[in-house]
Amino acid sequence: MSLSIGKKSFGEKSFDVFNVVILGLFALTAVYPFIHVLSISFSTPAAANTYGLKLIPKEATLEGYRQVLNNPLIWTGYANTIARTIAGTFLNVVFSVLCAYPLSKKYLPNRNVYTLLIVFTMFFSGGLIPTYLLMKDLGLLDNRLVLILPGLISPFTMIIVRNFFMSLPEEIEESAKIDGANDLRVLFSIVIPMSKPIIATIALWYAVSHWNAWFDALLYLSDPNKMVLQTILRKIVIEGSSQFQNFDTYDPVSNTNAVTPDIIKAATIMVATIPIICVYPFIQKYFVKGVIVGSLKG
Amino acid sequence: MQTQASVGRDTVKRSRFALWIKSYWKHRYLFLMLWPCMLYFFVFKYLPMYGLVLAFKEYRFLDGIMGSPWVGLDNFRDLFGGREFPRALRNTLILSSYKLIFGFPAPIVLALLLNELRLMLFKRVVQTLSYLPHFLSWVVLTGIFMEIFSPTRGIINYIISELGGTPIFFFGDKNWFRTLLVSTEVWKSVGWGSIIYLAALSNIDPTLYEAAVVDGASRWRQMWHITLPSLVPVVTIMFIFAVGGIINDDFDQIFNFYNPAVYEVGDVLSTYTYRIGITEMEYGLATASGLFINSIAFVLILITNFLTKRLNNYGIW
Repeated sequence: MSLSIGKKSFGEKSFDVFNVVILGLFALTAVYPFIHVLSISFSTPAAANTYGLKLIPKEATLEGYRQVLNNPLIWTGYANTIARTIAGTFLNVVFSVLCAYPLSKKYLPNRNVYTLLIVFTMFFSGGLIPTYLLMKDLGLLDNRLVLILPGLISPFTMIIVRNFFMSLPEEIEESAKIDGANDLRVLFSIVIPMSKPIIATIALWYAVSHWNAWFDALLYLSDPNKMVLQTILRKIVIEGSSQFQNFDTYDPVSNTNAVTPDIIKAATIMVATIPIICVYPFIQKYFVKGVIVGSLKG
Repeated sequence: MQTQASVGRDTVKRSRFALWIKSYWKHRYLFLMLWPCMLYFFVFKYLPMYGLVLAFKEYRFLDGIMGSPWVGLDNFRDLFGGREFPRALRNTLILSSYKLIFGFPAPIVLALLLNELRLMLFKRVVQTLSYLPHFLSWVVLTGIFMEIFSPTRGIINYIISELGGTPIFFFGDKNWFRTLLVSTEVWKSVGWGSIIYLAALSNIDPTLYEAAVVDGASRWRQMWHITLPSLVPVVTIMFIFAVGGIINDDFDQIFNFYNPAVYEVGDVLSTYTYRIGITEMEYGLATASGLFINSIAFVLILITNFLTKRLNNYGIW
């Protein structure tokens, strides 16, 4: 959108240069922390323990990764996270669509009452303890379903889908109904095929939130075999509990052929984060769209 | 006459009920979809609200929610009379204010700078990189920041000591913990927060700029007289929302960042509620604390929505 006619003034040119430099530095601060940790994860203990800018590991080694990938807990976490992400996202999408479609119909009896009942839950909740006690009463403590059921439908996402359904032309649905199709058939054979973009978008939202979720697993699950990647990461990196590390101990005296806990932590962070970093350049545009759609009247 | 009228009213009532049944039957497939979803909201969102009565009870494990004795407002008295709850309330408000002061203008400035870029590829790269932190959990980011702010290896302390200062243990120093929280939060959210302003900027009518160029306006003047005034509505709304969320602290961030050494400055309402509820199992107190936060947040949301609706017919519902 270059609108300026003729030559740029000196002030404008210097502003352009300044702007590029500032934003370049800003972009660097956004990614540097990741590069720093990536660099440590490949370093030898001697190199990791030095001060300074860490862009490329000076003495690269895969020892940290070897140790992390040999830890069975990491694989348990991966399996559980992948399982909850796939099963959870599938159920999230199915129920969000099932909830949004009836509410998108203006002729649905008591539509506003149902919508209000759902929207209200966005702004008021029982809170931590009452919810915890309910999970206990429902027998969901230490049950994998607790990672999926409590967040089955996000009201915000459901409203976005409902608004999308409302924007679809009604004629096709009506003609199918005149031909004798019921609402379920209309939804599955006409509306859903027309809604693939929005369904892909909400599936990605749900999937990323499942991948990143940690608090539900921390709060409701205690069996180590049911832990998700984020809780294992938390145990190793933040709490630093040794029972979860299960790694060869680091001998600071001999300092040979060993890794420090910090290298293990860095490698663990990377192992848990690389999947997201790899896919996010391709999926971010779906999220950007969501921010813009969500900011319009919901 | 009297009986006739009441019979008439009865028929009306019955026929209205029949109509109601009929309309539900007519849309039975829609309700077949909707009701399982409503059951979900009832069980997982409305049933816990019943548990809020615990705020006025003393929870006993053997008696359950129903059987535990009523204690009136004792839990609230204990909360406000104690030391930790008022401290958590104060910390929440202080941290929210800092995040408002530093975190609110940051995405606006970023969006304005990005908007002035003429190199489109560079703009896209900067935007994409700035969104990255939004996609990662605070667990991952805490691990990364512990490295970045490490007193012995971190880059921040490296710069500090190169400049002649002494290394700071950011995660354990009461004087620096809030700075750490606010700066990392701004770092995480600035790129993502700029999206909404960039969208508003791209909606500005380009003919305005063309006319300004014809009139000989410099880019600075275009920004001052066209770009900034066009942002006023969206900035106003975002500001009202930001103020409306002042009671909401960032549990995910603080819970992962904090430790007993910095409770004094970093313990907030949500982390306090978690500790007394889950760690110390003071269910009555924790429920009262949660109810207090929720009620204030709810009132703030109502005020926020009222204000934004008044401003330009824009509301969340």
